[in-house]
Formats: sequence, structure tokens, C-alpha cells
Amino acid sequence: MLLQTGFIYFATVIVVCALMVITRKNPVHSVLFMLPLFFHVAGIFIMLNAEFVAAVQVLVYAGAIMVLFLFVVMLLNIQKERVRPRVGLKWTFTAPLGLTLFGFLVAILVRSQYNGTQGSFTIEAVKQIGNSQAIGQVLYTDFLFPFEVASVILLVAMVGAIVLAKKRLD
Amino acid sequence: MVPISHILILAGMIFALGVVCVFAHRNILMILIGVEIMLNAAGLAFVAGSMRWGMPEGQIFVLFLMAMAASEVSVGLALVVYLHKRKRSVNIDDFNEMKD
Amino acid sequence: MPSFSMDNMVSILPEMIVLSLALAVLMFDLALPKDEKRYLAYFSVAGLAIAGYQTMNLAGLQLDTFYGMFVLDGYAIFFKVLFYIAAAIAILISIGYVKGQEMDKGEYYALILFATAGMMVMASGADLISIYLGLELMALSVYILAGFMRGSMKSNEAALKYFLLGAFSSGILLYGIAIIYGVTGTTNLAGIAAFIQSGQYSGPALTLAMILLVAGFGFKVAAVPFHMWVPDVYEGAPTSVTAFMSVGPKAAGFAAFLRVFTTALPGIQPDWTVIIASLAIMSMLIGNVVAISQTNIKRMLAYSSIAHAGYAMVGFVSGGMQGVSSVMMYLFIYMFMNLGAFGMVVMLRKDGVAGEELKDFAGLAKKNRTAALLMMVFMFSLAGIPPTAGFMGKFYVFMAAIDAGFTWLAIIGVMMSAVSAYFYLRVIMYMYMKEPEGEFELAAPLSLKLAMAVAVLGVLYIGMAPAGLIDFARISIAGMM
Repeated sequence: MLLQTGFIYFATVIVVCALMVITRKNPVHSVLFMLPLFFHVAGIFIMLNAEFVAAVQVLVYAGAIMVLFLFVVMLLNIQKERVRPRVGLKWTFTAPLGLTLFGFLVAILVRSQYNGTQGSFTIEAVKQIGNSQAIGQVLYTDFLFPFEVASVILLVAMVGAIVLAKKRLD
Repeated sequence: MVPISHILILAGMIFALGVVCVFAHRNILMILIGVEIMLNAAGLAFVAGSMRWGMPEGQIFVLFLMAMAASEVSVGLALVVYLHKRKRSVNIDDFNEMKD
Repeated sequence: MPSFSMDNMVSILPEMIVLSLALAVLMFDLALPKDEKRYLAYFSVAGLAIAGYQTMNLAGLQLDTFYGMFVLDGYAIFFKVLFYIAAAIAILISIGYVKGQEMDKGEYYALILFATAGMMVMASGADLISIYLGLELMALSVYILAGFMRGSMKSNEAALKYFLLGAFSSGILLYGIAIIYGVTGTTNLAGIAAFIQSGQYSGPALTLAMILLVAGFGFKVAAVPFHMWVPDVYEGAPTSVTAFMSVGPKAAGFAAFLRVFTTALPGIQPDWTVIIASLAIMSMLIGNVVAISQTNIKRMLAYSSIAHAGYAMVGFVSGGMQGVSSVMMYLFIYMFMNLGAFGMVVMLRKDGVAGEELKDFAGLAKKNRTAALLMMVFMFSLAGIPPTAGFMGKFYVFMAAIDAGFTWLAIIGVMMSAVSAYFYLRVIMYMYMKEPEGEFELAAPLSLKLAMAVAVLGVLYIGMAPAGLIDFARISIAGMM
């Protein structure tokens, strides 16, 4: 019961925030509405017994990515989106697109079945040793390879950001 | 335990909203925000799958996904900052020098 | 305590070499003065040669390592060799192109190497996680490379468009992977196949996921209707980057696309065969027809590469040993001829400006017979005229289609190929039959000449003796089929 109300609360806030993000004219407002969205997604993660992931979600998404966005929006002094005549129609096209896409996704997902046996990473097993430890046990053994590739991606991102934007001194 | 289908529907809703955000805005930053919402929706679906199947892949993949999203955002925003310096605009319609 | 066998280290030896090379380039870049960055290029090419040699040493192995994340088999080795050659030729083309410009930086070569490493991971990935991360590594590097010429507004725009559309499509791909995971409980390719096989699954979600995967991969290989970004990005990016971009990521995209669909989703093969066949037809159609109206060579080659993706997909649809090996061969050949064509565009400098328009080629034959001859060979190969490799590539692909029962697809392919002859031969006509309009100055340093020599040798040799390549492809996938 508690779980259900919790889920309904989180889901409602997430959807409302997402709607606000899309519809605000002021980019600063949009970015600020992203924050509760990310926090409530973290809340759902906690409900799904993925506490570590929830913490990382808050740290990385809300704490790094959103801050970056906010920085850039403030730095570039983005004005309210100027309304140009021809994009006045944009909502009449994209809203139905979004609704059909959503309807389509729901119809398909609801009709599918999710059968099969559980693996060994069950909620009970995780609760015993804690989510962080459980993830740690697999991250550096089973998933070592993708982990290393992810670290190279981060390096490339650093090189790229500097290559693209740093002021050339020569 | 919340049934997985509920969470997948929520993820689908967020994904659809992200797609709408990408298509509806001419501001590059808003497009990037739309992509972030889409990635988050996928992440939600992954963790839901992880819970339902009792397999760690979902949660692990979400961790990598966040690292990758952060990288993409930094490169993207660096590009946006540079473009703004050159053209004083972040509206995608202003960047249309090449035509068919 | 899980054990860590040395097999794991052996299997990623190629990637380790390439990544160490990239890191070394980044470090040596600090030590080199501004004008001598080309030594980094020579260093990279030498390193790639060593990597190639080591990879060939590993041929014949079948290693399933890193807990099912990474696999080293003949298929992966074939593609890795393709990537090495593509990167090496692209680097050689770049040396003269970037000289003296703001692009002449060590990071350029490091990024090409990082992209190559990403491509190698994509070809070797046995799990959707590895493939996705490899794809992102490659894509991120290429986004940056596309915008490398910071002074050019076109380059900035190309990077922006590529980045936005690339990020969007990777989001779609990711959501498709998420649905597959939600339905099957695993991201391992073999595991997914086993799950579908066991019949525990029912419902349309898997088809939806498959469509999303097609959309994500379709973007990377520039198939219609996911081709919107190609003309602008190919035109705007620096030509040496376009050369690399048109062969490397495309081949890597196909490598991953093929492996995912043939290993993980054979259970729903009838479904995706229809979809990919339609994509193939649309790509061949639109790519060839729109190329006719292009006057900018880079844009023309962009649409041509869309069409070539279509031809490759014909082989994809055919499936089986013949189909897959024909796609692999086609991508290898395509690599040589496309790099050759773009290399010639790099070489051409008219009145001090890089020659990118069709009219810049006018009268080239009178001024420099060798250059015109080389371009003619590449154009013939792209059009699929014997005795060039392009003809052989198309021959094998269409044969595979006919043998698999897709005769109508092969017929459309041949027809579209004939249509394409118009714009390829038009270039040749300009070179040989028109009068030169300005001063030609061919920027052809030794590195570019070497690259073009390799490309034209590849095109002609494979055209006349294709058996070696097709056997290499067939042996590579013998274990897989």
C-alpha cells in the first residue's frame, strides 16, 4: 500500500516536471524543473532497492549535468525563446506525435509478458550485503571490460571539450 | 513490489516526452535536455528490469549510462559555448549554411 | 573468487595497443613543437601496423572473454584489420591536409585512434553493453573530429548536427536495448537468442525493440530514412575527417548491426528481413537519385555513401554464410574506394582553395594525367564497373541475394547501380573532356601519394583477384555460422 502510493506520487511528480520542462519558454525555468525530475527518479530507484544507483543519479545527473546546463544557460545569457511565426505551429504537430508515440509504447508494453526465472541478484540477496557492495562485487569482475571502456569515453570527452572550446593562445 | 509493467509505462511516458522536447524546440540547449530526459527514461527501464529479473546488468548499465551521458553533455555544451561565441545564438535555425 | 584467465588479456591485445598508442600520442604531443605534429602521424601509422601484425597473429582463435562481454573471433579480426587500414589511410591523407592549419594538432591523431579503438570494441562486442559503449566511444571521437576545423562555420555546423542527431539516435538505441533487457532479462547476445528460443516470451515488445535498434543502427550506417545528417555533415566536416567518417564508423556500425541481428535476433528473422530490405531499397533509391543533382563533390559522395549502405544491406538481408561474407567483403572494398575518392578531393587544390565543387575537376586530365587516372579508377569502382573491386563487391552481394531468394532486390540493386553510373562518370567526363578553368595545384605530399597508391592497389587487385578477400571473409565467419 505504502509502496503503491509512493510510486504514484513519484510518477506524478516526474511526469508533471517533465511537462513543465518541455513547455517553459524560459530556459532557466526548464533547467530548474529538471532537478525535481531527477530527484524523483532517484526516489523510484530507491523504491526498486537500487540505493547506490539512486545516489549516483543524484550526484551525476542532478549534481553535475544539471549544474553544467545551468552554468551554460547563465553564462550565455539565453533569453526567452523568441517566438518566430512559423514555429507557432510546433505544438500542434509535436503534441500529437508525443501522444501517439506514448500510446503506441503503452499498448505494446502492456501486452507483453515478462516471464522467466529470477537470477541471483534478488532484492533479498542485495538487502543482505547492501546495494553498493553487491554492485561492487559484479562491477569489477563481470563488468570489468565495459567499465574500462567507459573510462576511455570520459577521457575522450575531456580532450574533446578542450579541443572544441578552449581559447587558442596562438 | 511494484509490477514492472507500471514502471515501463512510466519510462515510456518520459521517453515520449523527451522525444517531444527534442522535436519541439529550436533552442539547442532544450534539444540536449530532451536527449537527457530520453536517456533517463531508458535508465529507469533498465533498473526496473534489474529488479524484476534479479540480474545486476540493469543497474550496472545505468552507471555506465550516466558516465556516458555526462561525457556527451560536456562535449555538447562545449560545442554550444563555442558556437555562441561565434554566432551569438543558440538557435538551431541560425546554423544552416549548407543547403541541398 | 572468480579467476581471471590470461585469455582475457590476449583477446584485448589489439585494443590495448591502439589505446596505448592514442595515449602515447597525447603525451608526445606535449613534447613536440607546433610544426612537427606530423611525426605523431607517422608514429600512429607505425603503431597501427604493429597492431595489425599482432591481430593477424591472433587469427584463428575463438575467445569468449570477460564474462561474455568481449569475443575475439574471425569476424572481429576481419573488421579490426579493416579499421586499421582505414585509420592508417585516413591519417596519411590528413598529414598534408592539416599542415599549417589550425587543425594540425596532436589531438587530431589521438582522436582518430580513439575512434578506431571504439570501432574495434563494437566489432568484438558480444553483449549489448559493450557494443553500446564502443559505439559511444567511436561516436564521441568522431563528433569532435567533425568540428575540428574551428575556424570554419561549416565545420562547426557539421559537428553540431552530427552531435544532436547522434545523441538522439543513441537515446533511441538505448531505449531499444532497455526493452530487450526488460523482456529477456539479459543483454548478452547469446543469452537473448537462448531466451527467444525457449519460447518463454510472447508479445510485441521484442518487435518494438528490434525497430528501435534498427533506427539506432540505421542512423550510424546512414540508411534511409535515418540519413538526414549525412549530406551536411559530410560537406561541412574537414575532408580528411569525412573520408574517415564515411568508411570507419559505417563499417563498425554494420559490424555491430550484423552481429546483433544474426546472433541475438535470429528468432525473429522474418520480421527484420522485411524491414531491412525496405531500408536497402530506399537507400539505394534515394542515395543514387539525389546524388545526380549535386554539384559539390563531397555532397555527391555523401549521397553515394547512403546508396552504398543500401547495397551492403542487400547482403545483410540475404543472411547466412554467403550474405554476411558478401557484406564484409563489400565494406572492405568500399573502404578502399571511398578513401581513394576523398583522398583525391583532398589532393585537389584550385587557385589556392580546396577544390570541392564538380567544376573544380574540369580539365584535370590535361594538367595531371596520373591524378585524373586515379580518380577515374575510383569512380569506376564506385559505379561498379569491372575490372575494379566495386564491381566484384556488388557482384557478390547481388549473388548472395539471388541465392537467398531475393532476386527482385538484386534487380533493383543493379538498376540503381546503373543509375549511379551517371554521376560517377560525370566526374570523369569533367576531368577528361572539359577545359581547365583555373590554376591546378595538386597538394600531394608523399604521405598522400602513398595513401592513394594503397587505395588504388586495393581497388585494382581485389577487382582482378577477389578470391583472396572473399575467402578471408568466409573463413573468418566459419565459426559463427
